[in-house]
Amino acid sequence: MMRKSQRHLNRRDLLAFGAGSVLIASSPLRSFASQAELEQARRELFGDRPVTEGRVSLTLPPIAENGFSVPLSVEVDSPMTDRDFVKRVAILSPRNPLPLIAQYHFTPQSGRAKVDARIRMSGTQSIQAIAEMSDGSLWSGSQETVVTLAACVVL
Amino acid sequence: MRLGALLASAALIGACSQPAEEHNAIELDPESIVSGSRFLTAETQALQADDFANPGFLWVDRGEALFSEPTENGSACVACHEKGLPGVAATYPAFDTETNSVLNLEGRINQCRVKNQNAPELAYESDPLLSLTAYVAYQSRGALVSVDSSGPSRETYETGRQYFQTRRGQFNLSCQQCHTENWGKRLRGDTLSQGHGNGFPAYRLEWQSMGSLHRRLRDCDTGVRAEPLPYGDPLYIAVELYLAARSNELPLESPAIRR
Amino acid sequence: MASIRLAVPDTATAGEIVEIKALIRHPMESGHRRGSRGEVIERDIITRFECHYADEQVFAADFHPGIAANPLLTFYVRAAQPGELRFEWTDQNGQNWSETATLNVT
Ligand code: HEC
Ligand code: HEC
Repeated sequence: MMRKSQRHLNRRDLLAFGAGSVLIASSPLRSFASQAELEQARRELFGDRPVTEGRVSLTLPPIAENGFSVPLSVEVDSPMTDRDFVKRVAILSPRNPLPLIAQYHFTPQSGRAKVDARIRMSGTQSIQAIAEMSDGSLWSGSQETVVTLAACVVL
Repeated sequence: MRLGALLASAALIGACSQPAEEHNAIELDPESIVSGSRFLTAETQALQADDFANPGFLWVDRGEALFSEPTENGSACVACHEKGLPGVAATYPAFDTETNSVLNLEGRINQCRVKNQNAPELAYESDPLLSLTAYVAYQSRGALVSVDSSGPSRETYETGRQYFQTRRGQFNLSCQQCHTENWGKRLRGDTLSQGHGNGFPAYRLEWQSMGSLHRRLRDCDTGVRAEPLPYGDPLYIAVELYLAARSNELPLESPAIRR
Repeated sequence: MASIRLAVPDTATAGEIVEIKALIRHPMESGHRRGSRGEVIERDIITRFECHYADEQVFAADFHPGIAANPLLTFYVRAAQPGELRFEWTDQNGQNWSETATLNVT
């Protein structure tokens, strides 16, 4: 009787496992953004105004096991009064197919410039948040996240 | 150094296991049985535990609405199941004397639709069936799996066990090799769990949606480059029974979150 | 059929900053993926979320394909007068879904 050759689980098999179910992965329709595209998106949103690091705390897990849904929390330090408040916050990626992930628009009535959301990440990268205050000044914060399963399969 | 450790572990198993005999029956040590949620990151566990943000509840909500919607020619589920169906999901798959076969929860719900609601069966993995199943399963959240694999179910159980222990696909791997012999080890971006069904229907981040246990089984079969069986296939129901019996005493978690 | 889940406190004291959570079922298909037969899966996303409180917009968000499926948002509103909170999601084709909740302010 013929016997199928015995095989051990080996590294190649295991790296390939599951690839069938995410066939979608194989051919992303759009190449990934770069730091340059992020800068460009930022200019489109905020012009050439200077951005100062600070006042924006961005929280993402240091390691995300899956890039399909990564928790993000952003909070901007502001009194949120009629005269001094956060107008908007943009979330930018240097590695997703599109650099702009979301924009959040606040008013003094928001009371607190904080948002929690879930984003997609096609790979390990440093997400950036830029806040525009009511006086027009721009502030930023960023956070690096290692994505263990992601890359092109996500988007 | 955590990153390095993660990447290195992708190289994992090489070491793994002696060549197994075709039906080399290995069962999990009952002392070591753990749910798949144990192998998720803290963030994913937190999402599962959050009864508002857990997106699986979008399907549970829909199922709850459907549960009290009459069909065209029949009454709503709730008309006959006034107190819902608490604890029921923990006993499925179960033997049904009417059809003389083992039915899983989806099959049992469909049976009720045809027999008691004068309505056609809902397609497997369709949104309404998935939602109803999620709602019924949710009513057993926390209940311990307690399926009966003896008596008239025995034959089906054995069929499921064989499927689990047989190598298949281009990779020539059995379910058992991954989920009984190598659980806890890393594979791609994943950690192998023991392959229990106690979280299903579950919201898989990769699916970006809720899905049935059979959808997960299809992914595993596809993963080893084997032809997956159709949804609701009797052989998958047999595997489902074997999995459930193998996980007896684990609490149900649906709607669970999985990678 | 859109499913929406809202978490809004029943009551708040005037001036209190309340936390609001809003979840909607939507695939947020990015338009960057191919299906199993290699065909392009067309983009289908919600592009805008707004929260109005007593008919004033107090918070809004623009979504792009980098937002995860079944988008969840947690944000804040400063309670002033008793009134209706209105939540509205709009997709790329202008279709929208909305839900309201009443905030009792003491
Ligand atoms: C090459 C290894 C491999 C093989 C072979 C395999 N699986 Fe899996 N299976 C996985 C991985 C990886 C996952 C996702 C992570 C986890 O839960 O283990 C998974 C998940 C599962 C889950 C979901 C567990 C949970 O808690 O979410 C079940 C159930 C399952 N497998 C059953 C099976 C069955 C039945 C077979 C055989 C038909 C099988 N698997 C074959 C690798 C494998
Ligand atoms: C006209 C009454 C009626 C309606 C409507 C009805 N059922 Fe049932 N259901 C029953 C009865 C009676 C039983 C138990 C006896 C039997 O049919 O086997 C049952 C059994 C069940 C069981 C198995 C319970 C167990 O303990 O194993 C499930 C699950 C179930 N129904 C789900 C549903 C769902 C979901 C719906 C709506 C889609 C529904 N039923 C609609 C009468 C009804």
